[in-house]
This record gives sequence, structure tokens and C-alpha cells, in this order.
Amino acid sequence: MLLLTCPCCGVTAEETEFANGGEAHLKRFGPGSSDADYEAYMFNRKNPRGVHFERWRHAYGCGKWFLMARDTMTLEVYGAYPAQTTEPPAEIVAKIKARRPEWEGYK
Amino acid sequence: MSYRLATGGRLIDRSRPLDFTFNGKTLRGFAGDTLAAALLGAGQTLVGRSFKYHRPRGIVASGAEEPNALVGMGEGQRFEPNQRTTTTELFSGLKAVSQNHWPSLDFDIGAVNAKLWRFFPAGFYYKMFIHPRSFWKHVYEPIVRQSAGLGKAPDAETRDADRYEQFYAHCDVLVAGGGIAGLTAARAAAAEGKRVIVIEQAAHWGGRAVVDGAEVEGQPAAGWVEAVLGDLHANPAVTVLNRTMAAGVHDHGYVLAYQRVADHEPGADKPRHRLWRVRAGHVIAATGAIERPLSFAGNDLPGVMLAAAVRDYVVNWAVSPGKRVVVVTNNDDAYRTALALHAAGVAVPVIIDARTEPRGALVEQARAAGLRVADGMAVRSVKGGKAVTGVELCRFDSDGGAVAETIACDAVAMSGGWSPVVHLWSHCGGKLLWDEAGAFFRPDPSRPPLGRDGQGFVTCTGAANGDLGDTDAAPMMPVWMMPAKADYLLRAKMWLDPQNDVKVSDVQLAAKEGYASVEHTKRYTTLGMATDQGKLSNINGLAILSDALGQPIPQTGTTTFRPPYTPISLGAIAGEARGPIFQPLRRTPMHAWHEANGAHWEPVGQWRRPYCYPRDGESHGHAVSREITQVRGSVGLLDASTLGKLLVTGPDAAKFLDMLYTNMMSTLKPGKCRYGLMCNENGFLSDDGVVARLDDQTFLCHTTSGGADRIHAWMEDWLQCEWWDWKVHVVNLTEEYAQIAVVGPNARKVLEKLGGDIDLSKEAFPFMDWREGRLGKFRARVFRISFSGELSYEIAVPASEGQAFWDALMQAGAEFGMMPYGTEALHVMRAEKGFIMIGDETDGTVIPQDLGLDWAVSKKKPDFLGKRGMERPAMTSADRWKLVGLETLDGSVLADGALAPLPGKNVNGQQETQGRVTSTYFSPTLGRGIAMGLVHRGPERMGEVIAFQTESGGRVEARIVDPCFYDKAGEKQNV
Amino acid sequence: MSEAVSALNGAHFAGLVDLAEAGLKGMVTLRGDLSSPALAAAVKAATGAAVPAVRRIEAGASGQAAWMSPDELLLITPYARAGAVVEILRRELAGEFATAADVSDARALFKIRGPQARDVLAKICPVDFTGFAVGELRRTRAAQVAAALWRESEDEWRLVCFRSVAQYVWDLLATVSAPGGEVGFYHR
Repeated sequence: MLLLTCPCCGVTAEETEFANGGEAHLKRFGPGSSDADYEAYMFNRKNPRGVHFERWRHAYGCGKWFLMARDTMTLEVYGAYPAQTTEPPAEIVAKIKARRPEWEGYK
Repeated sequence: MSYRLATGGRLIDRSRPLDFTFNGKTLRGFAGDTLAAALLGAGQTLVGRSFKYHRPRGIVASGAEEPNALVGMGEGQRFEPNQRTTTTELFSGLKAVSQNHWPSLDFDIGAVNAKLWRFFPAGFYYKMFIHPRSFWKHVYEPIVRQSAGLGKAPDAETRDADRYEQFYAHCDVLVAGGGIAGLTAARAAAAEGKRVIVIEQAAHWGGRAVVDGAEVEGQPAAGWVEAVLGDLHANPAVTVLNRTMAAGVHDHGYVLAYQRVADHEPGADKPRHRLWRVRAGHVIAATGAIERPLSFAGNDLPGVMLAAAVRDYVVNWAVSPGKRVVVVTNNDDAYRTALALHAAGVAVPVIIDARTEPRGALVEQARAAGLRVADGMAVRSVKGGKAVTGVELCRFDSDGGAVAETIACDAVAMSGGWSPVVHLWSHCGGKLLWDEAGAFFRPDPSRPPLGRDGQGFVTCTGAANGDLGDTDAAPMMPVWMMPAKADYLLRAKMWLDPQNDVKVSDVQLAAKEGYASVEHTKRYTTLGMATDQGKLSNINGLAILSDALGQPIPQTGTTTFRPPYTPISLGAIAGEARGPIFQPLRRTPMHAWHEANGAHWEPVGQWRRPYCYPRDGESHGHAVSREITQVRGSVGLLDASTLGKLLVTGPDAAKFLDMLYTNMMSTLKPGKCRYGLMCNENGFLSDDGVVARLDDQTFLCHTTSGGADRIHAWMEDWLQCEWWDWKVHVVNLTEEYAQIAVVGPNARKVLEKLGGDIDLSKEAFPFMDWREGRLGKFRARVFRISFSGELSYEIAVPASEGQAFWDALMQAGAEFGMMPYGTEALHVMRAEKGFIMIGDETDGTVIPQDLGLDWAVSKKKPDFLGKRGMERPAMTSADRWKLVGLETLDGSVLADGALAPLPGKNVNGQQETQGRVTSTYFSPTLGRGIAMGLVHRGPERMGEVIAFQTESGGRVEARIVDPCFYDKAGEKQNV
Repeated sequence: MSEAVSALNGAHFAGLVDLAEAGLKGMVTLRGDLSSPALAAAVKAATGAAVPAVRRIEAGASGQAAWMSPDELLLITPYARAGAVVEILRRELAGEFATAADVSDARALFKIRGPQARDVLAKICPVDFTGFAVGELRRTRAAQVAAALWRESEDEWRLVCFRSVAQYVWDLLATVSAPGGEVGFYHR
């Protein structure tokens, strides 16, 4: 069971206080979008073995959503950042690159 | 036979004898005994039977690694099978029964299996019970269940009489193990100002050092332990727990520790077990090492024990396993046992050492004490049946064909070397190294389990790290089989796993049959799969497997170490969550009234709602019909407090709701209500309810009873993660209000009787409006909405006044026969009206258009959640199943979920179908069964008769009709 | 109004700690920009309290202000004043993007008193109570339901939960504070 730190209220708590919301940084495609874009938005997930950007909500705490970079194999947490962020912050990307030189980067 | 020594025993108090029973026989031990020590002290060497062959079995070990000596303990509500005697502290009145035998421990019919051992090879179950297939359920399984298995489960009706609890603790360092290594680590961490928890699974501290009389930092171990413990206890940052086992190490420093609070104090008013849920910054595993048995023929007889365990029994509890004890070893440590026995006055006729000419300090001490050392020798076979009578010796480097000598004895102390307890290192992914010198796996410091910062978070210390301490000892010699070239008959009597009856020959057979993976071999032979999880057997077993496969041991590798380290009680896992607090039960403000008035409850999520209120002698069906008849004919009350009530407010609230609902909500006028639908991005229905516009910027959104929290979270998700620049606040007001529906043609009269400042007339307060004001003395918000088709008001009052308001309504309605109605009456009435119910008509694959709700899906809005999904070809196809009403030709009630079959098979080879029933009830209003269902192109097929399956497998014909069965024009609700 | 009753009508229990349901309390949810001077003035006007820092609760002459979320406070006042508090907040925050809602009846409030309070709470809340200061507040779960708790004084704690689960939380607290269950982790 993971230990997470909520960047919105600063609490470090066990996973039972949080709810996972799947992959982060998805772009919504609504009416008028192509089938391919809509499919990618709804169904195609990276599901990586390694560095993953994901959504979490501090459901039993402050109620806020946040984003987090985590390694799905080692469970190492590289950092958490506000949900109102469109792509991973540079300092987290740099930290991941330092820890995982083979990482191909966020795309 | 084992017996109590006249003197000694560092843990027992001879002035406090304790009586206990074993299989009904009263025996006596002393305060400080374990049950195993007391049994041995009372001469009870035979304590159980084995799993497969029902072989007589005795106590092997002195701690958690014990494979044999499991008993049933307690009686009635406190009976528990498979209790380990070696870790059970004796108390007065303890009742133990042996397991796995019939009819008695001394005479067991199943032991005939042992004579038939040739017919029970590895994988016996897999080979034997395959054919004929039909035999499994009625022939094989009942026999296997009767004869196999360990202990008996408590009766199904038994309820555990004890209480249990959990505790969340946090620390910088958790030290598992209270021996010298653990206490040293705890002292060091405490000195650095860390928050420390140090736990020891046993009742006593000090580990092996205090038994062996070692010196630590220049003083006797026992004194050192006492001093260090005193310091730790005095430090407020340190928590010291004995009788607490580290059961498992999990991700991110999560450790489960199992505290046996009151097992040793039966009758004490305390929780029996406490499960500590610890978050540790770092875990130090000082879990010691476990001695390995030697594999020689007859090594499972009662009286054959681990050498260090024999030492424990002599030193700690003044118990000797026999009067003449043979020691057999491949290392120096077992010489300590020989010396301890000798010092206690127990005869040690010979020390059999597989090594040739061993030269170590302990060996010399033994020789100096006059003990005979037979070097280069092996136990060929142990003689005896239910007890040891002697051992046959042979050259170690032989096939055992020639008996060199037979020595009479009544116990054997064996040592095959030591294996570090690496479980806590390995649980969370720590890797191991093979140590050639010690012939064991030890932690590989370069590959620790990783924490959330990517750094190792477990350290092993002391024996758990492979540091066995004997610096002046002669090297041990790996011995996996004794004698080294034993023939088949001997190998078939060498037990690796005595609990599961797995022998050397079984593992060798598995290898011969092609099992190359240690994980597969484990499952095929069941090696290490018993309740001791192979603490004694795994290394020996995989050494045999490696030898049979002709590969080095590290190449074979270990099986996975899984928590818990030893079994923990289900009670501790459940903790406080049992009985009334097994799970939260949500209660409305009128819950107690419903209960007092005979409500039959229906669970709705965690809520309990009255299903109906049966009166004396009334069936539920009759109660529902009575309630419906009352509502349709006069007036009734429904507790609707569970409906979700979400306040959505802010400058962008209207824009936001236009995105969330399929309808246009921005055009709703303040003072008005509108029924709305919510879909997910697939276009599938997820919730529905009435939205009231409170003012220009404020809406009150009603959700389904089960949907309030989910929809609240759904709204927050979109507001926080997608449209974070929109100015909208959502406040969940679900529980702020008691909401009561007053329903029926007399509803207005009842409310008018209450008085107040709201004009309830049809003209002033039309259908689908809401008003705020006073009803009687109550602050109320009244919604003129109807889920029944009748004149209906839903009234919200502060929850704290809900019961008083309910009472006032009952009183005001008395002259109209006012009665409460439950959810079933609600459901029937809505079905009579053809209103859909989320979860009945929807199942996560249904779009609004399937239910004829096209009118509630805006065509003007450029976007809303689910709009793109609904545009997919499969969603717009004319071939979808759509909502219709169904009327059986014979008036019967269709089965819920019944399918309408068609000839032929679909692409998955299943029966082709053309529809299914989604809601079905007996309508007392119409006096017949009514139903709704989704039918292929249903609305185009009005009047057609199709057949549905019945529960008994028959068919019943139903006509496709309009889903509204009652007052289609809506005249009754609009009066 | 005299017929208003709290979820458990002021129940009491004595075990390892003293438990009491606090009875009717005024509670108002205030959402908005917690850094805005207008909001600070409104909170001051309504309760006399300052806007609390993250995970803190502040007391004023006529109420308390508790930090619940980066954009949410819970104001605690006498039950009869809740409506007035909402009015004050709406008036003071007119024109601001802020929301005040009376949630007095949606909650239950418990008092937990005694030196073993942390040892009892840690049986049901996955919270590190070491260094948990007076005036600090933590939202978490109590076994299976959401709860907010704060340290009112050295040995006195408060726990708020939803009204519908008041009986569950009460039974939970009474169960884990039954005599015999002393832990001695926080209190020796």
C-alpha cells in the first residue's frame, strides 16, 4: 500500500485516504472530434511498465485532485503537482531522467 | 521419553504449577512454559499425526518454525484449530486436542496410508483423481476431505467470543526481533533521536544469546538485555512490544505487526489480538536464523528434534526430550546442545558428525567433557514407531547399505546448519545471495526492497544477515542427504516437509518427471505449502531439487516469500469491523421511527430504507399493495432523505450544468424544477434527478440515493481537472435536509392543515415549481414534483427537525388514513407511470435514447458530457434495444431480468435474444403484472407478442405496449 | 425549533476516554479564495476568528474557523446562530466568488477527552499523531467513513462526521475505547 503526499494540503497519508483516477494529462475530445482522437481520449492508455503520470484525489482528506509521477515497477514516487497542470513540471521530468536515464521522456 | 529435569529452567516458576488438558487428560506444567515445553515435560512426546500418511509426530522445534505440533485449542466459541504449541504460552485450564487422526492419536486408521506409501507419490492427487471426472465431486472429494486437512474448522454457527483491534502507528525505525542484534539496532536508532518501535514475537527477549549464555560487550547476555531494555523502555520515543510478530513488510514501509495481547491471559477483558499497521521510515530485520533439519531415514519420528530446540527446552524450561539423546550434525553449534544436555545430566551416547576430523573450540570442549564424537558418520536410520528407540549409524560417504553400529537412544538432536530468516527482506522484493560457506541464502545488500524515494528501506542485521557469530568454529559442511549416497528405500523415509509429508524421494521424482522450476515443484509436491510455509523444509528441498537437476542451488533459486510470516488470526485482520460496525450503516433522521414502526429494510448503498411497513400478519406483498392503494386513493408519506442534494453555485454554474446534464439547464427559470439526465463520456446514463434553480447563479441538483457521493466527486473532477477556470462551487447538502414526499390526491389538504406562509394552490404553486417558506412551524423548501403520477410534494426541512416534521405530517394526515410507504411501493408506482430507474433500466450500456428520453437530450447544445459518445454509429443504429412496456397475456408477473429468446446462436455461440425485462412488478392498481424491458427495435413493434423465459425454464407471452400504464395524460399529478 | 435534535441527542460514554456527542452545533461551509481580504473580513465578522492556516482551526469571540481544503472553511458557531452567520457571510462577500451554506444539520460532532485520546483515535484513523499540535486539524477517515478531527486542548479532541453515520462513528469510538484496550503508544 502506497504512502502519498498530497500537494494541496501537505498531508502524507496511506493510500486508503486517496482514490486513484487513472492516467493524467489526457486531452478531452468532444463533439466534432475524429474517431481516432475520441478513441485515444476514451480508451487508449499508456499503461507503462515504469514511469507513469497519474491522477489521484485526496478523497478522505482535502478532497482535491492532484497529479503524480510514479514508477509502476519500483513504486518510486518522483513527485506530485497540482491537477491544474497541462504537462509534467520540468523539475519532475529532470528528477526522473536523473533516476531513470533510459526513460524516453513524457510524450 | 521426554521428562522434566529436577533443576534449572530459566523461564519457569516451579512454585506456580499449572494444570491443563491434552485430549482430555490432565497434565501439569509450570508458569513460564510454552504448551510444547509443558507437553514434553509431562512426557507427552507424541502430539499429532501427519497430513497424508497420518504418521505419528512429535515436537521438532521451539518456536514459530514448528511444523508438527499443532493442536486444536479452546472450546465452543473460542475453539481454534492449528495452534502452534511451541509459541503458545501455558495457562491454567488450557484445553488442547491433537489433530488429524481417527479414531485416536495412539491408534489411527489412516496410518495405513503410511504402509501404502508407494501408492502416494508426489503429485498423487493430480495423478489419481483425474478419472473418471464424475467421481471427483461425489467420491474422491468427500474422501479426501475426511482424511486430509489439518484440524477442524469451527462450526459455521460459531461466533468468535473475543474482541480484536488494529492500531495505526508511525515511526522512523521499526526493529523486528528482540535478540542481541535487534536490541543493539534499536539502541543505536534511539541514540540518534529516532522514533523507534522494537518488536519481539516471543514473550521473552534476548534470542539465542541468553540461552547459550553468551557474553555481550563484556557482560552476560541476560544482564545486557535487561539493561538495554530498561533504557529503551525509559525512552519516550521508543515503543517496546513483546508477543508481537512482524507479519509482513509491504510497499513504502508498511509493516503489519501482530500483537498477541491476551492469548496468555484467557478471560482478561482485553482485545485478544491487535494488528499494528505501522508506517516505518526504515525496517531493521533482526529476525535471526532457523536451524535446518537433516534428511535421514526416520527423521520424522517423535523424539527427533532440532538441536538448538533441544537446548532451548533444557535451558529455558528444564525439559529434556529423552534420557539418552544422540546428537547428529554437520556443524559446530550442535555441540552446544550436547554440552547443555551433558551439563543437565542427560546421557549423550554419541555426537555423530558428518564432517571428518572436525576441529573447533566446541568440538574440543565436547571431547574434553568425555563425549564421544563419531566423525565422518551419518544416521542411517532412526529406529522406532511412536517413539525413538535407537539409531543406526553408517559411513556418511556411503549408500547406507552397511550398518556400522546401532546405538540405543530415546531422542535425536539434529542440526543441518542455519538459514537466516530473510522473509522481511524478501516480502517486498529484496533479493538474495547464496552464501557458499554457510550454505544459506542471505540478503544481497546491493538489491534491497525499494521505498517510495527509490532507496532501500530494509536492512538485515545479525543472524538474519548471515552473521552467525561463530568465528572460532570449524567450517560447516553442507549435508542435504544422509548418508550422502542413500539408496531409494532410505530416501523414501527422509522427510523434507513433515507437515505436508513430502520426502526426498518425492522431490527427486518431481525432477525426474520434468519439474524444473522450484515454484512448480513446490506446488506439485506441496513442499513448503503447509502452515509453517516451509521454514524448515524449503532450503533442504531446493538443494535436493538442484542436485536432481544437476545445477547449483542459486540457479534453482527460492520460492517467493509471502506474508504473513506465521499465520495471523482472521479476527485481527477484521479488527473492530464486526457485528454492528462491520460496515457503516447510514441512517436518515427518521430511521428510529421506521424501525419502531416495523419497517422491513432494503439496503441502498450503505443506507437502509424501508422497503415496506408490514402490519401484524401481513406479507410484504400485501403491505406493498396496501401502501400503494392508500397513496393512489388518499395520501402517503415517503422518507426520501437519501436522495442526493448538491448545491451548484457560482457565475458559471449554469454553463457547468449544461455540460453535465444532457438537457439544457441554463434556460431553467428560478423557482422552477426540471428533470435531468447525466451521462458519462461514453454517452451511457449514469444518474438522473430533478434540478431546482434557486437563483440566477444557484442550482440544487438532486441525484439518486446511491449517486450523491459519486456525482459530487464527478462534478469536482471536472471542475478541478478540466474547467478549473470556471467559477463554480459544489457543496454536498445531502444530509442537511430530511426530505419527505407527501403523495396522493389528499396531499395538498394535509399540507394546508399544517398552515404556514406558502400558497399551495394549483394556480400559485404549479407542477414542477418549488417554494421556500414555512409549513406550520417548520422552515421548508417544497418541490412540486412527482415520481408516482399523483399530486405530490417533496419537502425538505433541516435534518434535526425531520422527525418532528414527520410526526406533524402523520398527525395532520390522520383523517385521510395517512401511512408511510416504502421503496417497493415507490418502485411499483413509478413503473406504473413508466418512469425509469437508474440501475434497473440502465446497466452502464444504455443511452438516453434507448429509453425514449430523446426529449431530455438537448440538440441545441454544442457540447455536453456524453454527446460525442452518443454520435457513434452503434449508438445511433436503429437496431438498438429500446424501452417498451410489457403486458403478459395471462396477467402474470414476468421474472426480473428474463430474456426474450430467438432461434439460433449469436457470434459468441450463445442463445440469440431480442430483449430483456428491466423492471417487473405486480400492479395492485391494475390488478395484473406489468413490466418494462429493452427490446430490439421495441417502439416500432407496439402490439406484437413475444415470449420471455420463466424462472422454471418455460415461456410466457407478453405484448409490447407503451411503458406508461397509468394516467398517460398526467392529469392526476397536475391538479 | 425546540423540536430540533442532533443525531444522537447528546449521548455520553466513559471508557479509556470520555465520549460525548456535542449536541446541536451551528456549522457553515464557506468556499472561496482563502487569501482574499474580503473573505478574511467576512470570517472575522461572522466568528471573530482569523482565517486559519492550512490544517489549523482558529477560535474567535463567537465561533471557530476550521481549514478544510485549499478553498474551503468550516465555521462553527452556536446552532441558533448558523443562519445569521450565513447572512453575514453573504452580505460581506457580495460580489465575490464565494459560497456560504448552512450544514449544521448534515454533521455530527463528538468530544473525545482524556490522556488516552490519541491511542484511541489511532485505532481507527491512519494518522501520525506525534507532533499533532493543539489547534491542528486533520481530515482523514475513521475506519470506513470520512471524518475531520482536531486537537481542542492537550487532552481534548473533536471529531466531525456526516450525520447519517453518527451512530456508526459512536459505536466505533465506544468499541475502541472499551476498557482493557490500552495501547500505551502515545500515552504511557
